[in-house]
Amino acid sequence: MKDEKKRAKQPRWFDLNLSHEKLIKMYRDMLLIRRFEERAAQEYGKGKIGGFCHLYIGQEATGVGAISALRDDDDFIYTAYRDHGQALARGLSAKECMAELFGKVTGVSKGMGGSMHFYDLSKGFMGGWGIVGGHPPLAAGTAFATKYQGKDSVTICFMGEASTNQGVFHETLNMAQLWKLPVIFICENNGYGMGTAISRAMAGEYLFEKAAGYEMARGAVNGMDLIEMYREMTKAITRARKESLPTFLEARTYRYRGHSMSDPGQYRTKEEIEEYKKKDPIETFARELIQFGILTESDIEKMEEKIKEEVQEAVEFADASPQPPLEMLHQNVYA
Amino acid sequence: MAQLQIREAINQAISEEMDRDTGVFIMGEEVAQYNGAYKVTQGLWKKYGDKRVIDTPITEAGFAGIGIGAAMAGIGIRPIVEMMTWNFAILAFDQIINHAAKARYMSAGQFKVPIVFRGPNGPAHMLAAQHSQALESMMAHVPGLIVMTPSTAYDAKGMLKSAIRDDNPVIFMESEMMYGQKGEVPEEEYLIPIGKGDIKREGTDVTIIAWTKMVAVALKAAAELEKEGINAEVLDPRTLRPLDEELIINSVKKTNRVVIVEDSWPFASVGSEIAFRIHTKAFDYLDAPVEKINSADIPMPYAENLEHEALPSSEKVIAAVKRVMYR
Repeated sequence: MKDEKKRAKQPRWFDLNLSHEKLIKMYRDMLLIRRFEERAAQEYGKGKIGGFCHLYIGQEATGVGAISALRDDDDFIYTAYRDHGQALARGLSAKECMAELFGKVTGVSKGMGGSMHFYDLSKGFMGGWGIVGGHPPLAAGTAFATKYQGKDSVTICFMGEASTNQGVFHETLNMAQLWKLPVIFICENNGYGMGTAISRAMAGEYLFEKAAGYEMARGAVNGMDLIEMYREMTKAITRARKESLPTFLEARTYRYRGHSMSDPGQYRTKEEIEEYKKKDPIETFARELIQFGILTESDIEKMEEKIKEEVQEAVEFADASPQPPLEMLHQNVYA
Repeated sequence: MAQLQIREAINQAISEEMDRDTGVFIMGEEVAQYNGAYKVTQGLWKKYGDKRVIDTPITEAGFAGIGIGAAMAGIGIRPIVEMMTWNFAILAFDQIINHAAKARYMSAGQFKVPIVFRGPNGPAHMLAAQHSQALESMMAHVPGLIVMTPSTAYDAKGMLKSAIRDDNPVIFMESEMMYGQKGEVPEEEYLIPIGKGDIKREGTDVTIIAWTKMVAVALKAAAELEKEGINAEVLDPRTLRPLDEELIINSVKKTNRVVIVEDSWPFASVGSEIAFRIHTKAFDYLDAPVEKINSADIPMPYAENLEHEALPSSEKVIAAVKRVMYR
């Protein structure tokens, strides 16, 4: 009884071996993503960013919670086209990410990829893929490669829930389990495949049970909750690293904005969006950090200021950077 | 020199490259325990085991993508992905075209994708429409891919070894009708570079351009034409992308007349591109419009007589040669 009382006073991450530094970094990463994406929306409106631009606002805890649980040096990350958040969480700089959006040679992909195609092989950030459901086999392949070479690296693969209706998704899950590949599929279920609600596109109610057909370890997690995301990821990572087994995680999350910048989102009600905003992953986590004395309100204000500056500098850097030189047009088609 | 079947020459190339580099492995349907649908991988599973000779489920897009992701990791992996036929590889075109061919460019050169997709291509015999397609033009259309298609045992071995060592995705198209065809293959190691064509028969009066199984059709036509005093050159580009343009243009400058033979469909084919390049780069050397012999512009029928009618033949090539020679 005494123990229980004591435990209630502990933060719920007491068993996760998270340093204050790490907690603060995760909070900061989420905040940076939020502010970066808000600014990207503004710059898109000004015509500084072209093409498609899919924002991660609302889903920050999923990306940060998952990526923070990885090793920095030799784990790999794949994602779909909504990739800014994961890139920032992996430590790609705001400057280079913004420059990529601006189509500048200083960008993470030197202006050749744009919003949907951020890459940094040196950080194991494998992108940034634009075909719904196209990249999961690549992630399984990278997991295959590390296992083949006797490494204990883990590959994680973010994907939207709509990609689980594609055939190659199922092909990949089948082989990942059959060949015991150290890969974790993180399905970010934000409820909508572009403008189509999941209930109109998917037979069956429980998305994560799609992995049941392959007898893969699976489950759903609250993707709006950083700590829960991190906790489930540590289990999946251990399974991958120690037992070389895959996991399918359904992260239930929500995007506040439309599918892309050209989507006003008229298929959703204001009330629905407001309901989710009450569970905002960043505000929820901030309250906890304050409650346990890890950050003060004034710390957070200072952090906000710093991030504002960082994003402002990123925009200035992107604006001032040159476009790719014309000779790049024909470079890197072949190795 | 040893006489090897083309399937044996390909098998040797794979085996030698697997001996040379532990990062090379082969995966595909029935490649391991069954020894290959066309016995190209005969004995490899026994020699290298489960780790490096991998039977896949029937899931072309899935295992093509796994190969690509393995190659992209940048940790020394060079997959060989066998497609039982290129007809089935159509299921994997999203992986090949949208992913393998673009990873390097979209990342501004961060990724290399050293992977070979290989298997038989083109109509065989009485397999009907879904199993009788020559798809090299579709692959050659895509920047980022290399397309190779050998016509002899010697070429198959030397070309495949270069393909495996290359850091780009290579589409390697064989023919199930030719796997048993024998040719001389030297004992010592040799490589045939990517992008290098070959003159299969020297001639002076007309250039017949053909690849894979159409080379035999062209050579047969050339032998017949010789009896009539026409000396035909037979040119095999071997690699379709990048194309050995220099070899082609030099031959045209010598013979001034061209017939292209391919068993793919005529519309927007590799032959169309070759004809275009000849017209733009050697127009003044031409004594007649370029002729092109293709399979008929139809899905392939099953019935033997109709299939025969649809395919290029030495008779059709001879007639085309006579047209360009105004004889």
